[in-house]
Amino acid sequence: MKLEARSVGWATGARRIVQDVSFEVTPGETFGLIGPNGSGKSTLLRLLAGLLARPSGAVLLDGEPLTSLSRRDIAQNIAVVEQIAETSEALSVRDVVELGRTPWLSALRPFGAQDRVIVNDALEAVGMAHMTQHRWATLSGGERQRVQIARALAQRPRLLMLDEPTNHLDIHHQLSLLRLVGNLPVTVIIALHDLNQAMGCDRLAVMDEGRMVACGPPGEVLDAARLASIFRVKATRLRDPADNATIFRFQCPGE
Amino acid sequence: MTDVTAPGASRRARGLWIAQGAALLLLAILAGVIVGETPLPLSTVAASFANHLWNAGLAVDPIDAGIIWSYRLPRTLVAAACGAGLALSGVVLQALVRNALADPYLLGVSAGAGAGAVAVTILGVGGGLLGISGGAFIGAALAFAVVAMLARAAGGGSAQLVLAGIAGSQLFNALTSFLIAKSANAEQARGLMFWLLGNLSGVRWPDVILAAPVTVIGFLICLWFARAMDAFSFGVSSAASLGIAVRQVQIMLIGAVTLMTATMVSLVGSIGFVGLVIPHAMRFVVGPRHARLVPASALAGAVFLILADIASRMLIPGQVVPIGVVTALVGAPGFAMILVRNRRRL
Ligand SMILES: Nc1ncnc2c1ncn2[C@@H]1O[C@H](COP(=O)(O)OP(=O)(O)OP(=O)(O)O)[C@@H](O)[C@H]1O
Ligand SMILES: [Mg+2]
Repeated sequence: MKLEARSVGWATGARRIVQDVSFEVTPGETFGLIGPNGSGKSTLLRLLAGLLARPSGAVLLDGEPLTSLSRRDIAQNIAVVEQIAETSEALSVRDVVELGRTPWLSALRPFGAQDRVIVNDALEAVGMAHMTQHRWATLSGGERQRVQIARALAQRPRLLMLDEPTNHLDIHHQLSLLRLVGNLPVTVIIALHDLNQAMGCDRLAVMDEGRMVACGPPGEVLDAARLASIFRVKATRLRDPADNATIFRFQCPGE
Repeated sequence: MTDVTAPGASRRARGLWIAQGAALLLLAILAGVIVGETPLPLSTVAASFANHLWNAGLAVDPIDAGIIWSYRLPRTLVAAACGAGLALSGVVLQALVRNALADPYLLGVSAGAGAGAVAVTILGVGGGLLGISGGAFIGAALAFAVVAMLARAAGGGSAQLVLAGIAGSQLFNALTSFLIAKSANAEQARGLMFWLLGNLSGVRWPDVILAAPVTVIGFLICLWFARAMDAFSFGVSSAASLGIAVRQVQIMLIGAVTLMTATMVSLVGSIGFVGLVIPHAMRFVVGPRHARLVPASALAGAVFLILADIASRMLIPGQVVPIGVVTALVGAPGFAMILVRNRRRL
């Protein structure tokens, strides 16, 4: 699914959190958002999903303005995994993943056999199928994150928005999640902190103080000058002799 | 891993649950009709029902028939409707504000309804059953708005909501007392005070005709939005991203709660703890999903209030204990348990 942001922005009180962000994401692309803490990545993702009140600018899904779509229409196309998700309800893993079917169901179209298959597939995909009866409150941080991702997969979206989906995962699950996401036949917008992981995206947008300061292929966007000025690190490019992949080594300036 | 339950089996299981629930409710209603100061044998009750429902023409002592048909049956039915309505109100509020302590009584909605009902009774505007219920509705909606705005202005947390509810309750209860002190004569005042504690003694058929449809409508609205209430588990923003039209759902559900609470308060006064304790107890039995929690809470609330009404009649021989006192005696320890269980989440 194609997504277009036209001069998108959001302010609270007098403070502009995100301003004047424009870009286009093409169908099937994996589009990364990077930037320091507080630079506006999460806010931008919420704006793109239509979850913030009083946005400025416009977001278009396949050419349709988001504001002209119902919440249900949007949810049938976009699934969002937020940075933080908490509940005090005693929901099981399966309950949470079943929530992903919500936009497809109604009082007249109840949960059925096909939905059960989709939910099982999603649980399988994140490696949580052996824990379906566990309570949310008893899960570890990484398990919660995987369950939320399974919930988003069960939504069967055409566009998946992930806000730092790997920050609680062990290294194996980080890599397998990124591979899973990369192999999905859907468009993905993903906020990441690990710049080496960000290298795996098709394109990257760099956020700084609410503005998009660069957008393009990872190799072009992540140059030493930009890493020094925005992320305040000294970066050295290294080459893995095994497959010639580029990796970064970071140091604090002055080290 | 597969989890294949045949849809036919789950439908049959659901049918069984519904049948058991209906049987339990009928048993409770029967108990409410049989048990009282003058216990009536089942045969008399059955004969009287047969006479009324099918014109059977069986011989029943007219006094017994009167007690059964004009007094105990409407009273029991209103108790059932109120219990279900209050429990449903608790379920909805707890889902919408994601707070284990949300309930129409604690959030001041009952107090607002009471103030509205008293205002109409004393000032005589409107008058009549519908007038009083209308006043209660306006009072309840007003209390809702005041408490919600106060909680929001205070920062919108769980603790803020409960504190705002306390402030709202105090305000509207004070308003009620002021109205009574200012305008009611001594006899009116005693009647109103007794009614405010929760009292089913004066209940007759017109009350049933108001209470039953309101509860049925409220129940259907809750059932219709069961999945939407599930979607609120992770918060409003997550509900929106799951395709819930948050504002519309909130308006419909809060409208249903206001309607149910206002109707129940205008009929039987303010009865606490049902909306709080019943949904929590039912979460233990059927789990947190609303497709089950809604019917289970409605049923349990109905049965609980019928039993509480029987207790209120039987506890002290020859005297009626206000039903609100009975529910508080059972509910306050239940409330304490909820507090302890939720100590880390509030
Ligand atoms: N609702 C809000 N009200 C006030 N300020 C907000 C609000 N939401 C976000 N902010 C502020 O906007 C800035 C950007 O927040 P955002 O969560 O988008 O950053 P981020 O790039 O996702 O950061 P992180 O890497 O830490 O997740 C922060 O300084 C935050 O304090
Ligand atoms: Mg963030």
